[in-house]
Order: sequence, then C-alpha cells, then structure tokens
Amino acid sequence: MAPPASRRTGYSRKAQYSVFTGYLLAALGAVLGLVLLGLSWVRPHAFAPLRGMVSSISAPAGEASAVTRSGTQSVWSTVTGFWQAGSQNAGLREELEIARIRIAEADAVAAENARLKDLLGLAKDEVKPVAVTRLVGSSAASARRYAYLSIGRRQGLTPGMPVVSDKGVIGRVLEVTRSASRVLLLTDTESVLPVRRAGDDVVAFAEGRGDGLLKIKLINLGLNPLKKGDLMVTSGAGGYFRPGVAVAVVTELTSDGALARLVAEPSATNFVTVEPIYEAVAVAAAQTPPERELADPAAGE
Amino acid sequence: MEQLNPRARSDRYGSRINRTQSPWRALAVPYASIAFASFAPTLLLADLMPLVPPLGFMMLLGWRIMRPGLLPVWVGAPLGAFDDLLSGQPFGSAILMWSLAMIGLEMLEARFPWRGFWQDWLTAALAIVIYLLAAAAVSGATLATPLLMAMVPQALLAILLYPFIARVVAGLDRFRLTRTRRLA
Repeated sequence: MAPPASRRTGYSRKAQYSVFTGYLLAALGAVLGLVLLGLSWVRPHAFAPLRGMVSSISAPAGEASAVTRSGTQSVWSTVTGFWQAGSQNAGLREELEIARIRIAEADAVAAENARLKDLLGLAKDEVKPVAVTRLVGSSAASARRYAYLSIGRRQGLTPGMPVVSDKGVIGRVLEVTRSASRVLLLTDTESVLPVRRAGDDVVAFAEGRGDGLLKIKLINLGLNPLKKGDLMVTSGAGGYFRPGVAVAVVTELTSDGALARLVAEPSATNFVTVEPIYEAVAVAAAQTPPERELADPAAGE
Repeated sequence: MEQLNPRARSDRYGSRINRTQSPWRALAVPYASIAFASFAPTLLLADLMPLVPPLGFMMLLGWRIMRPGLLPVWVGAPLGAFDDLLSGQPFGSAILMWSLAMIGLEMLEARFPWRGFWQDWLTAALAIVIYLLAAAAVSGATLATPLLMAMVPQALLAILLYPFIARVVAGLDRFRLTRTRRLA
C-alpha cells in the first residue's frame, strides 16, 4: 500500500504547523495519561464517580446480556444433559441414596445445634440480604478480575460488602457509586479471603492467582493437612464475610498449601446476593488507627 | 449508457447521480466503532482469566493501519479515556498507551512507507502483545507466572482476530463512505 500523500507537507506553512500540532497534542496526551495513571495509583478510587456514571449508562445492555447468558447456559446444559442422560441417571440415583442418609444426619445435627444454642442463649438471626441482582458485566479484557453490578449506594451498598451466590462466595464490593458498583472477584490477584476447612479448623488464606485457581496458603505451616477434594469455607475472620460460606474445593496440593477451584463461578450464576458486612463494628475498629482511638473517645462508639 | 454498463454512473460507494456521502456518517463511524469495541468486552463475564482480546485497542489499530491519516495522531487520548472508564484498568493507562501507540505507528510508517497485509498483521501483533503486557503491568495485578500463562490464550486470540478486525474496518469504511445524502 502506498503511503498517503496528504501528510507530505511540502512548503505549506499551514500544513507544516498542523502536522506539528498533531504530534505535540499526541505527546501531551501521552503525558496526561502518565499523570492520570500516577494519580490512579496513588488514589485508586479518585475516578470512581466517572466510572460509575459510564457503567450506569451501560447497565441496561449488561442486564440484557446477563439474561441472555443465563438463557444460553440452560440451553447448553439441556443439550449436554441429553447426551449424558443414562450414566447421569445411575450416578444421580446413587447420590440421592447417600444424600437421603446425610439429610437425616444433618437434621439431627441441626436439632442438636438449636438445642445447644438455646442453652447458650445465642440466637443469631438469619442474614438479611441488602440486594439480589445479576452481574451485568466484567473487565473481560483486563488482567484484573472485576464484575459490575447495576445497583449502588441508592440500594444501600457500601464498599466491603460480601457478594455471594446460592453456591458460594463470588467476591466483595470494591467501589460504589450512586447506581453502579464494582465487585472484586475471588480470582483477582489482589483478592485475599480468610478461609478454613469445612469440618475442622485448618485455617488459611485463599488468594487469587489470576488464572482461575485460588492459592490456599496455610497459616500454620508444618505438615500439610489438606487433601484433594477438601471444601474450604469462609472463616469469618476479618469481619466481612459470615463464616461457613463455601469458597473453593482443593484440587492440587503444594508445599505450603494447595490450589483450589472455585465453588461458585460468577459466569455460571444467575442471581447474586449482596449481604451486609458480617461484623461491621469489628471492621470499623480494625480500620481505626489506635492513636485516634485513644485520642478521641467518641471514635470507638 | 446504462444499457451498456449498469454501474456506469456509480462508483464503489453507490450512484453518483444526485447522491453524495453524508459528512456525519463519514466522521462518526470510526469513533463510534472504536467506542463500541471498547464497550463490548464488558458485556461478557470473564471470571477466571482475561480471555477477551482488547477489542477497543484492536479497532483503533485497524482504523489506523487500514486508513492512515484518517484519525488524528492525538486521538489516543480521548478514546483511551473512554476505554479506561470501562475496561477495569486504572484511569490513564489507555490514555497513555493508545497515545504512544499512535505516535509509534506514525514513526513506523515514516520508516516503512510501503507496506502490505502481512506487514500490517505483524505490526498489529507486536502492538497487541506489547499493549497486553504493558496493560497488565500497570493494572495493579501481581504479575506472577500463572497470570502471565493465563494471558497467553488471550494474546493468541487477539493476534488471530486482527485480520477479522481488518475486514470489519474495511466493511465499516465502505459503509462510512456510502453515498446516501440527496443533493437536490
């Protein structure tokens, strides 16, 4: 392809100046980008209102695509279900038998739990969700793993609130504007969640790796007690998540813990629930520096 | 005349009699298509790893490479700002990198004025790989081996998608210059 002749300026002063101005503006744009990038590094939420404005405008399209997504998923599962019907039927029968037994056991445990709680006077209410909604989109082209919600401060969301689906933890609310918010998914490399093994008290941190798996880092090092297939649930430490929500299943052991697969994949969920922060008082206390707490007696209340 | 050749009084953009190009359409289509390409990946839910190519940047590359001189050199800043608001990157990263890409392509074109499809594809592939690495570096994510490995399919998909984007840009360019406005 021949080069365009329009940019050969020749002796025309006007053409020379306009080409020069173009280059100057482009360089200024790059410098402006660098400055804004530095600003976003220092203050990550400085541009949240702008982002929120754009994502609330684009939210209706996201809603539509979310509905389509859940629709296509059910079509796909119908097709795969048709092919696997026979073997699946046998497998499900077997599972059902075991599940019936487990349910009877669970009933007994629940009854005993209720009795013991009555004994201790510990009647913790059911968690009332702040909102039930769909994930309307994600940062699909970026190295970060964010999802977007089309609800925000008007519906009572605040940063830090847990986002869970019916299967388990999805992530937590990171940035809230008037009618849009951004969720940090568990698979993001900056996401850390305190977890424990379901059934006993092996405590660990679940960190995102950026490739879809979670790194389970044990807190007590030594013999690695984890096994393949262990279910990790939230431990409630930190005060954001209520304890006992499923997070991930261990798939591979490493020297200092394990790699785990998500239980609740955000793309496979239909609706997600935004829950209130489990121990808001503890979270606020952890964020208050001790100096201020001591200096101002009203701050702790 | 029409009996000899039915397309005698038309060019590739339609009939030349009483029809001309719409200036609005001719101006708006490149910008609208790049903005839409920036927006489209946010509709998909990539929850495990980055999977969707950086479509906004690829569309910018497509227009820049297919139609040199159509977009002004400084266009990386405003279009990048819009991309930053949607992409999940820290604000300013696309402003910086799209501006640098426009300047870089300008310099490359001054160095190699005659070029063809294969060279364009090579240019685009290099630009995409550098862009993805730079974007990951400034995104605030911890750059470890698993994340970089997870980005390989995204980069390959993006490189393989460039010829398609080039066709889309060519189609949009025909649409942009279609003679639709009545003169009289």
